Amino acid sequence: MAQSAPPAVAAKFSAAATPAESAKGERARAAAPTFTRGERLRRFRALVRKETQQLVRDPSTILIAFVLPLILLFLFGYGVSLDASRTRIGLVIESSTPAARDLGASFRASPYFEVRVGRDRREFADEMVAGRVRGIVVIPADFGSVGLRRAGAPELQVLVDGAEPNTASFVQNYARGVVANWMRVRSEGSVRAAPPISIEQRFWFNPELTSRFFLVPGSIAIIMTLIGTLLTALVVAREWERGTMEAMMATPVTAIELLAGKLLPYFALGLGSMVMCTVIAVFLFGVPFEGSILALFALSIAFLCPALGQGLLISAATKNQFVASQVALLSGFLPGFLLSGFLFEIGSMPEPIQWLTTIVPSRYFVPSLQTVFLVGDLWPQFAQDIGIMLAIGAVFFALAARNTQKRLT
Amino acid sequence: MAQRITALVVKELLAILRDPRGRMVLIMPPIFQLLVFAYAATLEVRNVDIAVLDRDSGAYSHELVQRIEGSPTFRAVHRVQNLTELHDAITSRDVIAAVHLGPTFSRDIAARRPADLQIILDGRRSNAAQIVSGYLSQIVEGMVSEKLAGARRGPAAPVIVARNWFNPSVEYQWHTVPGLVAVISLLIGLIVTALSIARERELGTFDQLMVSPLRTHEILLGKTVPPLLVGLFHTTLFVLAAVFLFEIPLRGSLLLLYFSALFYLASLIGIGLFISALSSTQQQAILGAFLFATPAILLSGFATPIENMPSWLQGVTVVNPVRYFLIIVKGVFLKALPWHEVLRNALPLAGIAAVTLSAAGWLFRHRME
Repeated sequence: MAQSAPPAVAAKFSAAATPAESAKGERARAAAPTFTRGERLRRFRALVRKETQQLVRDPSTILIAFVLPLILLFLFGYGVSLDASRTRIGLVIESSTPAARDLGASFRASPYFEVRVGRDRREFADEMVAGRVRGIVVIPADFGSVGLRRAGAPELQVLVDGAEPNTASFVQNYARGVVANWMRVRSEGSVRAAPPISIEQRFWFNPELTSRFFLVPGSIAIIMTLIGTLLTALVVAREWERGTMEAMMATPVTAIELLAGKLLPYFALGLGSMVMCTVIAVFLFGVPFEGSILALFALSIAFLCPALGQGLLISAATKNQFVASQVALLSGFLPGFLLSGFLFEIGSMPEPIQWLTTIVPSRYFVPSLQTVFLVGDLWPQFAQDIGIMLAIGAVFFALAARNTQKRLT
Repeated sequence: MAQRITALVVKELLAILRDPRGRMVLIMPPIFQLLVFAYAATLEVRNVDIAVLDRDSGAYSHELVQRIEGSPTFRAVHRVQNLTELHDAITSRDVIAAVHLGPTFSRDIAARRPADLQIILDGRRSNAAQIVSGYLSQIVEGMVSEKLAGARRGPAAPVIVARNWFNPSVEYQWHTVPGLVAVISLLIGLIVTALSIARERELGTFDQLMVSPLRTHEILLGKTVPPLLVGLFHTTLFVLAAVFLFEIPLRGSLLLLYFSALFYLASLIGIGLFISALSSTQQQAILGAFLFATPAILLSGFATPIENMPSWLQGVTVVNPVRYFLIIVKGVFLKALPWHEVLRNALPLAGIAAVTLSAAGWLFRHRME
């Protein structure tokens, strides 16, 4: 149909086009004869339909777009947690004084510990090597006999498993908490019961310290990285590998139409997955949603630009599914996990790594997403993050376009 | 038979190593991952900013603020003038925590009334915030015991001496790097293996392989050996980097480590081949490998401890090979894990390998198109 377009009509449409479109038109003319806008639109629609069908018919994309997000949300919602609850420890009571027994009882009553009691610390040494206990609390022989009355306070040992530093620091802190509580209860009735300074802690936005509340929004960012970067990189790399990309290039379709046609279905898939995850997060996991839907969509759309651009760039640069998958994993998924502030504090990383995080798009998405869910709309912050994500996306697209054109010549 | 298998092994190795980009992918990314993630994957809290709202400006509040400013944990201490500024500082993530001292703070201490101090923390980063809160409480306790000892007349509190076994100066990398050995081997090993049959299926050469004189178990063996060699190469690379670059003590037996690495790799290859036999295209194989790898890493205890998970989910981790190898690597490096403990974790790996490899072999024969 396109070939039969009368030249006069094409010229009329070209004249009416805006400067930007005529620039696009010129590029199209270099590769193929001119076409009207209506024809190009129809052709584009056909492309999008073809890509969509390809996407819907492959069970593996459904797996990545809907099954994996569900598994991830489920794991972050119910399973994976940084909140140590009932850590197994060994309690060694070497002293038989009432004070020692009383303190031992406090440890056993603590909701944070699952306590096994022994007489000798050697009983637990092997257990600690095997990782079956994460700490040993030793109430020494002289505890409570003369200790509490002497000037020098008695010593209490907390031995923790340094191979698990985070758990170790929680065991230490909780052990301190148990002892402090025990002291408070014991000194009640004596003259100055209250400590000179009483500390009141308040955790804003997440008073119960549910790690689910910030992990679930973070995992939405990871899911969108998977769809935007990994899936796109694979699909386009397959076209290159099979040579169908070159075949498409030989048709009148312009490179930009071709790539846009490929990306549009994944863009929609990414947003669809985001909506599904948000609904599950809010209604199943009870994650608060303080911000607006507008902000959520604005941020997600802005994030999909660098994510899709990265996938496209990877496929154009590698043109091989195995290499593309490894590069997408390395530059998309793992940084999304480790360098985005999702699990690990960026401020605590060494300077060069912090610098590296500035080009990771999810670094701007994860905090904003957490803010939309837990705090509310914070437009000055969002605007800045959206701007940076769009800028990174533009760079990726520009590089991908250059790589694609090079291949054609 | 040995000759036939050798031929297949050579062919498989060529398929992996022939492409220069494929070779690069097997060497560069693992090194890069180890370097970046060893430094990045830390739950330590350093260089954070906090805010102080001092509405008292008395002697004790000055003392406390000075102590906070002197702490090496905090990069900068922002002075804010009112609650609105404090709110903005936390909401915009400029600070992770704020210390709020009321107008009567110093007067209360002087009058020996309990003085109130409020610590406000960013719940969006609750893990880091809890650690910061611990630091701040220690600073306050330090001041109480040094400056206000006289004010306290109750019984002396027991002194708590904490010791970190296996890692006395709490180097976070001692925990991360051995874990990364298990995780990075998983990601590469699984994808290399998952592609091996799917590639043949996509190219149509798998049927040729099936009608060749090779028996099913010979094909299985020929497909297992190359990724095993690649995996052992990576393990060696990582162990060398851990010992010489990150200076992590290798306290246990290297022999035990390699012995269990064989079982770990075999179990990964079994899973990879199973996924591969199930998929009809390379894309499906890669995505399938990914679908397995993500939960396997999350449920391994690498980033978050298994004992924090609900008990039904801890039950699920029993079939996760990463979990066992993680215990072995960390144990061999830091704890000089004795052989019977290594065996206790290597046996499940052997079991997983046996089940998945046989399942893959069965699928070879029964999934013809």
